[in-house]
Amino acid sequence: MTVSNHNWRKFKNAFMQTLTFVCAILVVLPLVLVFYHLVKEGFSALNWNFFTKLPKAVGEHGGGMVNAIAGTFILLLQAAIFGVPIGVLGGVYLSEYGGSKLNWWIRFAADILNGVPSITWGVVVYGLLVVPMHGPSALAGGIVLGMMMIPLVMRTTEEVLQLVPGGYREAAMALGIAKWKTTVQIVIRTALKGIVTGVLLALSRVAGETAPLIFTAFGNLGWAHKLTEPIAAMPLLIFNYAISPYDDWHRQAWAGAFVLLMLVLAINVGVRFLTRDRFKQKA
Amino acid sequence: MNPANRQPDRAKSQHGDSAFKWLTLAMALVIFVLIGLIGFELLRGAQVSMHKFGWRFLVSSDWDPVNDVYGALPAIFGTVVSSLIALIIAVPISVATAVYLTELAPQWLRQPLIMFIELLAAVPSVILGLWGIFVMVPFLRDPVFPFLQKYLGFLPLFKGPTYIGSSMLAGGIIVAIMIIPIITSVSREILRSVPGLQREAAYALGATRWEVTRIAVLSYAKKGLFGAVILGLGRALGETMAVTMVIGNSSQIVASLFAPANTLASVIASEFNEATGPIYPSALFELGLVLLGVTVLVNILAQLLLKTFAGPSVKPQH
Amino acid sequence: MPATPNPATAATGLNFPAGTALTARGLSVHFGRNKVLKEVSIDIAAKAVTAIIGPSGCGKSTFLRALNRMHELNPDARMEGDIRLFGDDIYARGVEPVIVRRRVGMVFQKSNPFPTMSIAENVTVGLRLNGLRDKKLLAERIEQSLQMAALWDEVKDRLNAPAISLSGGQQQRLCIARALAVQPEVLLMDEPASALDPLATQKIEDLIVHLKKDYTIVIVTHNMQQAARSSDYTAFFYLGELIEFGPTAKIFTNPSQKRTEDYVTGRFG
Ligand SMILES: Nc1ncnc2c1ncn2[C@@H]1O[C@H](COP(=O)(O)OP(=O)(O)OP(=O)(O)O)[C@@H](O)[C@H]1O
Ligand SMILES: [Mg+2]
Repeated sequence: MTVSNHNWRKFKNAFMQTLTFVCAILVVLPLVLVFYHLVKEGFSALNWNFFTKLPKAVGEHGGGMVNAIAGTFILLLQAAIFGVPIGVLGGVYLSEYGGSKLNWWIRFAADILNGVPSITWGVVVYGLLVVPMHGPSALAGGIVLGMMMIPLVMRTTEEVLQLVPGGYREAAMALGIAKWKTTVQIVIRTALKGIVTGVLLALSRVAGETAPLIFTAFGNLGWAHKLTEPIAAMPLLIFNYAISPYDDWHRQAWAGAFVLLMLVLAINVGVRFLTRDRFKQKA
Repeated sequence: MNPANRQPDRAKSQHGDSAFKWLTLAMALVIFVLIGLIGFELLRGAQVSMHKFGWRFLVSSDWDPVNDVYGALPAIFGTVVSSLIALIIAVPISVATAVYLTELAPQWLRQPLIMFIELLAAVPSVILGLWGIFVMVPFLRDPVFPFLQKYLGFLPLFKGPTYIGSSMLAGGIIVAIMIIPIITSVSREILRSVPGLQREAAYALGATRWEVTRIAVLSYAKKGLFGAVILGLGRALGETMAVTMVIGNSSQIVASLFAPANTLASVIASEFNEATGPIYPSALFELGLVLLGVTVLVNILAQLLLKTFAGPSVKPQH
Repeated sequence: MPATPNPATAATGLNFPAGTALTARGLSVHFGRNKVLKEVSIDIAAKAVTAIIGPSGCGKSTFLRALNRMHELNPDARMEGDIRLFGDDIYARGVEPVIVRRRVGMVFQKSNPFPTMSIAENVTVGLRLNGLRDKKLLAERIEQSLQMAALWDEVKDRLNAPAISLSGGQQQRLCIARALAVQPEVLLMDEPASALDPLATQKIEDLIVHLKKDYTIVIVTHNMQQAARSSDYTAFFYLGELIEFGPTAKIFTNPSQKRTEDYVTGRFG
């Protein structure tokens, strides 16, 4: 039989294996580099003041970004209040009342919305809220992030609800429990961990969003006292500091980026443990 | 439960049922409200500019806030070119990585690598931009750009001063880094959905791992992989912060990739807060409208490709 | 060469007219901690059809896949024992599974032609991997393999049509042609007709009888009539063990084990 080209085939196999491995390394490399520089530049710039003090004016050393850290959490809280109920309930519709043509279109539209550039959302909410309210505000910032969360949360909620075995629903319905009660008490509760996971991932995704906040939350060097005032946020401050010409501010930008990345990664890694647990239970 | 109180109970639960159904339906329909809102607000904001410039807006290369004259061509050009650069870099690397992860990598290495890539996808754009400004751009300025010029300088693409750093090429590279995780993970999903029977057929013929990948996996998954690439293109076109931070933000159309440029998204991000008067903000709204139109079209194409690919293979496997 | 006498064959006093193609000694396969194949020793006659029967989950597929090292695709699978193909230890150090599989071909329960390739390309894909480029030779092999798979007359006018344009039964025969094209020494078939209608099943059965002139065939089947009709030897597996092995006529009419009798007469399984 023909095994004449065997060595050539083995070589090709080894070659492609190596080549694709190198590509995988190239993919991982940026993360390693970003991480390395963030730790190097950012961690050393971290101190107690960073978490407790307001930003200092140009030329003054020290200061922190306590207002931006708080601002990011306030924006996320608003986003969650606005986006999560809509996203989760919409996801429930898609999963529990699914099957129709309409659902296909809703899903499709949600997937398209997920691909709308973040800057576009900012412009839209600028026209929708900032202009009528005569200025940027914490509220506008929260709403824009909440809007971006809706399609994300809706799709993940639908997905995890679909994982709930159909038998649970039938068993409950057979007991004469109303469908909506079954859905809330059995289906949603079974999938709760998954839904929370999806919400957390969506929050971690919008936590780093900068573009939609530039003209909505706008940023603030001090505290926002009302939701109608502009508010500071970590990504905004990092951006403004990064493009400034001052070394002090650059250091603060690195420190802020380090903290922000830790926050985002903590959510992502934490969520992974949550889901790992879930799969173990299923197996 | 006796028959006497069963009747009203059922009626009540039916009420609850339909109320709940309508509530969730309303929430699901918010998706369409959002789409309508985006289109409406952008159109409304762009009115002034559309009236003043008409179709010329799309083909005029003047972007001149001082004289209040605006044309989108430089931004469109920058968006297309930076996205192309990003695709040229990202597509081979991402698809190869997806192949490595699903077909060729040793089992123990797969999970850690996948986790790394998912974490890379989670890095906020602004952080990558920061890294771009202070680490990547200086590194490109010296030694990468001079090196490219030395060996490829005969091409117009690599002519011109190299010392600026913030440039079209820098923008393209940063976009590539941003879209690699998404292309990789969507491609991985696609490859994973190739039926195991296809692989077994190839293995049973005595194919090597790579040959199995080539004849049974890649050719089967071609359409889906194309969908993944188009999805990546959609993200590339709309990528904002990281690009804004490294592309140099200059409204010009030049061949040199070492020269500063801008994109639709970066112009909006960097000029919106300074835009005064009736026309300037409106022109930025119109840029947003162009960006929306292009990304939505590209995303529709991507979704259709991915959905039609997934169609037959989503059927439960026994 | 066979070191230890095989209890199963020794008991039946088998003497294969065309010699022995495969010998398995003490073959065990584990999936993780599960031992699904337990010290199986058996000889497979050359140029004959050997049927493997037994209830679902008893390890028939596992046994078959150990014969061409396909089980290695499953990272949890681990095998012990010794398998020789015409005297060559297929698990010896330095022997690559790729080479083994080129000598021992396989056809699966569900037909799996490559959907992106034409009928002709499906037949020649193995040859092209082996470096055969000669157009004339390839065309010859296409006809020859499709003839052997009893598909030639049905497809000779549309060799360039996509493989998935064929019916289910035709697709399965195409898969057989694809496996035959590389001229393997042994052909393994895992329930090749279980997904087909009676007519298509009949075709495959005829084809198997026809093929044994040139090939050694091992076929897994749940269909007792099929085993009785088309095989020369039959092996009965139960819970991972080889219970009985012998000429098909004997297994079906006069088995020496009670469990075999119960199974072939349909009392369980
Ligand atoms: N990939 C696997 N991982 C773990 N266990 C497996 C795997 N494949 C098969 N098994 C187990 O090995 C045993 C034998 O399986 P095998 O597929 O060989 O049975 P079979 O006789 O071919 O059954 P059937 O007639 O249903 O095809 C079964 O108990 C099965 O659960
Ligand atoms: Mg089987």
